[in-house]
Amino acid sequence: MNETLQAAVQSLQERFQARLSEFRGEISLLVPPEHNVEAAQALRDEFQFEMLLDETAVDYWPQTEPRFHVVAHMYSFIHNTVIELRFPVDGNAPELRSLVTVYPNANWKEREIWDLFGIRFNGHPDLRRIVMPYEWEGHPLRKDYPLGYEEVQFSFNKEQVDRHKRYGKR
Amino acid sequence: MGINQKNGEMGVVTTKLEDLVNWARTGSMWPMLFGLACCAIEMMGAQASNYDLSRFGMELNRASPRQSDLMIVAGRVSRKMAPVVRQLYDQMPDPKWVIAMGDCASCGGVFNNYAVVQGVDEVVPVDVYVAGCPPRPEGLIHGIVTLHEKVKKEKFKDWASK
Amino acid sequence: MDYRSTTIDELRHLVSERAISGETVLLNMGPQHPSTHGVLRLLLELDGEIVVTCIPDIGFLHTGVEKNMESKTYQQAEVMTDRLDYLNPLGNNLTYCLAVEKLTELDVPPRAQALRVILAELQRISSHLLWLGTSGLDLAAMSVFLYAMREREMILDIFEMVAGQRMMTTYIRPGGLWRDVPAEFEDTVRHVLDILPRRIDEYESLLTTNPLFLERTRGIGVLNTQQCMELGLTGPVLRATGKAYDLRKARPYSGYEQYDFNIPTQHDGDVYARYLVRVAEMRESIKIVEQALDKLPTGPVRSSNRKYVPPPRSEIGVSMEALIHHFKLWTEGFRPPVGHVYAATESPRGELGVYLESDGSPKPYRVHMNTPSFANLQAMPVLTKGHFVADVVGIIGSIDIVLGDADR
Repeated sequence: MNETLQAAVQSLQERFQARLSEFRGEISLLVPPEHNVEAAQALRDEFQFEMLLDETAVDYWPQTEPRFHVVAHMYSFIHNTVIELRFPVDGNAPELRSLVTVYPNANWKEREIWDLFGIRFNGHPDLRRIVMPYEWEGHPLRKDYPLGYEEVQFSFNKEQVDRHKRYGKR
Repeated sequence: MGINQKNGEMGVVTTKLEDLVNWARTGSMWPMLFGLACCAIEMMGAQASNYDLSRFGMELNRASPRQSDLMIVAGRVSRKMAPVVRQLYDQMPDPKWVIAMGDCASCGGVFNNYAVVQGVDEVVPVDVYVAGCPPRPEGLIHGIVTLHEKVKKEKFKDWASK
Repeated sequence: MDYRSTTIDELRHLVSERAISGETVLLNMGPQHPSTHGVLRLLLELDGEIVVTCIPDIGFLHTGVEKNMESKTYQQAEVMTDRLDYLNPLGNNLTYCLAVEKLTELDVPPRAQALRVILAELQRISSHLLWLGTSGLDLAAMSVFLYAMREREMILDIFEMVAGQRMMTTYIRPGGLWRDVPAEFEDTVRHVLDILPRRIDEYESLLTTNPLFLERTRGIGVLNTQQCMELGLTGPVLRATGKAYDLRKARPYSGYEQYDFNIPTQHDGDVYARYLVRVAEMRESIKIVEQALDKLPTGPVRSSNRKYVPPPRSEIGVSMEALIHHFKLWTEGFRPPVGHVYAATESPRGELGVYLESDGSPKPYRVHMNTPSFANLQAMPVLTKGHFVADVVGIIGSIDIVLGDADR
């Protein structure tokens, strides 16, 4: 870890009670979800982490406390380092404040998290579905959402599958 | 085609109407530009100069469905795209044919999940399925030639029911 | 409410007030369009011919790859990575394998690293050739398309010789490569590298000083570096604004630090600058492949850590451990340690990252691909504001999006 990264980690640990974990040379900070915008703002303004590389989420169902982790990676061009922030979010009607004010490119990434996980972002200007059809119900990437697997048609179950399958007509 | 020897010298040829119309249809079947995913790149490769598709009459790819006869569904059809495929198929005038190019259009391919329609024949009726992921340009050409042979066997009574 | 009935009410917050009063027109540049590279839907708000806002609508190629990869083992899941950015399948494989190797701390022998560099750069050249062909086709330069596909066929023949498949090869596997390259690999690659520079000169003579091309591309779709960093754009779009940021130099992977190459940049940030950057990148890639071929070391091409890498077939007949390893790897798959990693490479479109989280089971717990096309497409409203409809086509071509990448 170089000095800037060390200073950034220390400052976030003191101000926001972040917990540090290192794995394979990468720094990951677990920040309480109430402070997500302030932590991101501190990283951008004081420690020059100018670009948000990625914002995504992980579902830990059936564990409910926390059920989701929202993961954000930031990159600093000047110091050439990547840092990861994780925000644990609880299960029913999960909500977070949006990072759009700090990093404008979080716009589509948070729309995708809303679409696929169901985590609402307060303060997001345009929270709509982005990759699924408009009228889709459910959030597909949650662990309790089924894969939607269709039975493969072999010769032994050919007629059985044919009865259930729809075929397009002229 | 039956050529009447005596009339051949006068520049007259007799044949069945079916054969003539089917020959004309296969000679210049215009595909609609409908490349969705990776198979579209192989379709473009088949259209380009190395494996030329214009020798089969498919010189142009028409962007508008109203002016094309053939829809080559190249690539995976997602659930959001399925109503679009059906609308485009409905907009094509008769006679029309559909080639399902690649594994994803034939049966869902590698992707057996909530987001991909398992075979485009759930949405439109398909005439020829071309297997491969993605099929080589020669594979697509074999599919097109198979379609031509199928069209050449079409009968008069089938036209009336369309 | 299906896609046809997206009315102004749902989009009220995105379009200007003039659309609601009817002064401007909402035009649907629909999912099936000859110039959107794939199934991209753009809602253009037009004042006459000038674009006021542009609202991209993606998701027409959503394949659910991330969820599908969670139900397959690590080796099976790699097959799906090919099909995401389908113009750069070897690059996708490489990024996924780098993530798996980082997670499991697998070693990669130097011959495998050099061959990975060669194949990744050849893939970059073929992707840029296709970009050149299709964006030339959009701007009505049809002969460029036919010439570019001619070169691309030569590179696809190399891939077929090496891996058996032209496009979706799945040749780069965790621990190295699937198998060693055949004997005629080096001669064929050198032959292609001999021909390429003259052909690239030919394309440049067709387009770079062509007054029609200059009219259609100069001053169109301008971005500056600050906007790029805010919007999260990477790759040739960022380099065309003047910032020399390339992951192959900044956070090198797979032995890129041994090779000597430049990072081409331009300063204008418009469509023409991006064109120049990509053509220059093709020439740099040729240099890298030549250096890698000259320095190609000998040795194995796959790690010998049998817990993760299957043994060669010759060993299975004679060694009991090899048989057991083969059996375990094919029925259950390997079990990596618990943790999460983020690995990134430079794809022809920008930074491609893989976030991989494992919980110790043979199937990945969460795989997220941070794809450049998804990030770059967010900039469309900023890029197209104030331009004509005909310029929108050129702008989409210049950001070089691949919808499989954007929708995953």
